[in-house]
Amino acid sequence: MDVLLTVNGQQHRLDLDIRVTLLDALRERLGLTGTKKGCDQGQCGACTVLVGGRRVLSCFILAATVDGEVTTIEGLAGEGDPLHPMQQAFLDCDAFQCGYCTPGQILSAIACVQEGHAESEDEIHEYMSGNLCRCAAYPKIVEAVQRAKPLMQVQAKESD
Amino acid sequence: MRPFSLETADDLAEALRLGAQENAAGAHVRAPMQYLAGGTNLLDLMKLDVMRPERLVNINGLQRQYGMIEADGAGLTLGALARMSAVADDPVVRRDYRVLSDALRLAASQQLRNMASLAGNVLQRTRCNYFRDTSWGACNKREPGSGCAAMEGVNRRLAVLGVSDRCIANYPGDFANALAALGAEVTVLDGAGGTRTLPFEELHRLPGDTPHIETNLKPGELITGFRVPAGPWTRRSLYLKIRDRESFDFALTSAAVALDLGDDGTVREARIGIGGLVAKPWRSHEAEAALRGRRLDEASAAEAAEAAFADAVVHSETAFKPELGRRTLVRALLEAARLTI
Ligand SMILES: Cc1cc2nc3c(=O)[nH]c(=O)nc-3n(C[C@H](O)[C@H](O)[C@H](O)COP(=O)(O)OP(=O)(O)OC[C@H]3O[C@@H](n4cnc5c(N)ncnc54)[C@H](O)[C@@H]3O)c2cc1C
Ligand code: SF4
Ligand code: FES
Ligand code: FES
Repeated sequence: MDVLLTVNGQQHRLDLDIRVTLLDALRERLGLTGTKKGCDQGQCGACTVLVGGRRVLSCFILAATVDGEVTTIEGLAGEGDPLHPMQQAFLDCDAFQCGYCTPGQILSAIACVQEGHAESEDEIHEYMSGNLCRCAAYPKIVEAVQRAKPLMQVQAKESD
Repeated sequence: MRPFSLETADDLAEALRLGAQENAAGAHVRAPMQYLAGGTNLLDLMKLDVMRPERLVNINGLQRQYGMIEADGAGLTLGALARMSAVADDPVVRRDYRVLSDALRLAASQQLRNMASLAGNVLQRTRCNYFRDTSWGACNKREPGSGCAAMEGVNRRLAVLGVSDRCIANYPGDFANALAALGAEVTVLDGAGGTRTLPFEELHRLPGDTPHIETNLKPGELITGFRVPAGPWTRRSLYLKIRDRESFDFALTSAAVALDLGDDGTVREARIGIGGLVAKPWRSHEAEAALRGRRLDEASAAEAAEAAFADAVVHSETAFKPELGRRTLVRALLEAARLTI
């Protein structure tokens, strides 16, 4: 089946089996292996990407039904550009150990701030609960979200 | 995943035409045609080889027409394809129908809520381990007549209300218990374009002898939305969910409560839903009757909880659940009575 995907601003035309998920198309056909496969069952959040700016699980979307532009971790900052404030905050706060959950955490965290669900520590805990971290870096992830939030808001104002 | 064909319906007529080409029982777990909404339950069960549809009809294009969240004096209208996150965050729903917003907000994760539709949510299938794992031969819901591995197996997360000797699976959802409590109606369209409205409580079936037939939907029927009648109780309402994990987990027990209280604390009307340990979305008319006309306090709440669980049937690992369910309901009622609205 002929599938048209827009990923990180680039259009791709792919010939895919109808059963291929967005996650597998990204990793195996487009070489974008930043998006991780943890469980393939909607339970871990490692495969989180943005579609049309909303966070979703790419393991539960058929590539052929994607409706909107896809943003993956690779699309947050170009080669040589400064990192996205959330990426930088994860580095600065040491918000990971093995790093496997991190791309999903970062995309989820960006959406969490944009949705307005990062108003308190408790709210961040609740709205980031779809992203598991086997290394249990949770306290530092919350710290990173809190550090990036005002920087993202400044950036958003500047681009207005 | 087994091969299937995928068709996309951009409007209602097309969805029904595509859906109506189906003859087999629509509510059957193994029905060969399935509508694809958020896909968060359907694709999961297809990957596990539990569901094996030959045809999917993608109905997400109907969101424009059936994605509404509209409140007026008579009640709340919710489109079948409204996303869980949109309804949970809607300011009017949060204020005037808090129990619905709570039940959605406490379900799944934000990523899943962004994808999942209301109709898909109410139709989600049990998380019974033996149902989800096809290496087990005995599961009457998956393979009618094969037996029930859960009866003497790992059943801690399963049901104690509404179960049969064929199946003790629980209905795992949250929102549907709140819809049942508020006396909602569901609107359904058939292939010929006919509309039918049924009480939400009559959408799902008890397992009885046919646990593989889960709802009263006919082949190809499409849910288009839900109607929740207004009432003086919908504001003083909440959903209390008790889980093993603090967040992102299914309910062990839950209570959906809505109260209309007189100035002296007398219950003019109570609406009570129970979740986590029920075979289908559950409204406890017995608990409601036990409270009507009484002052709401710990004693009357405990009597209502007794009434709600009078018919509980426990199995090897579920003996603790009726008591946990009763305490959940008592706490929910007392908390609802204290809300400032
Ligand atoms: C890890 C995890 C945790 C979860 N936790 C919770 C939780 O705590 N509480 C909770 O309530 N839920 C929970 N869920 C379940 C989740 O909410 C459901 O998977 C979701 O709501 C299903 O909606 P959907 O639109 O994706 O349905 P789909 O998967 O698209 O569809 C489900 C079924 O409904 C049918 N269908 C869909 N729309 C219609 C329609 N309009 N008319 C007729 N038939 C239709 C489909 O054919 C299919 O059979 C969880 C899920 C996961 C994966
Ligand atoms: S409880 Fe129901 S779903 Fe679970 S194994 Fe028994 S028949 Fe199957
Ligand atoms: S891989 Fe998608 S949620 Fe785990
Ligand atoms: S950093 Fe290892 S899983 Fe999160």
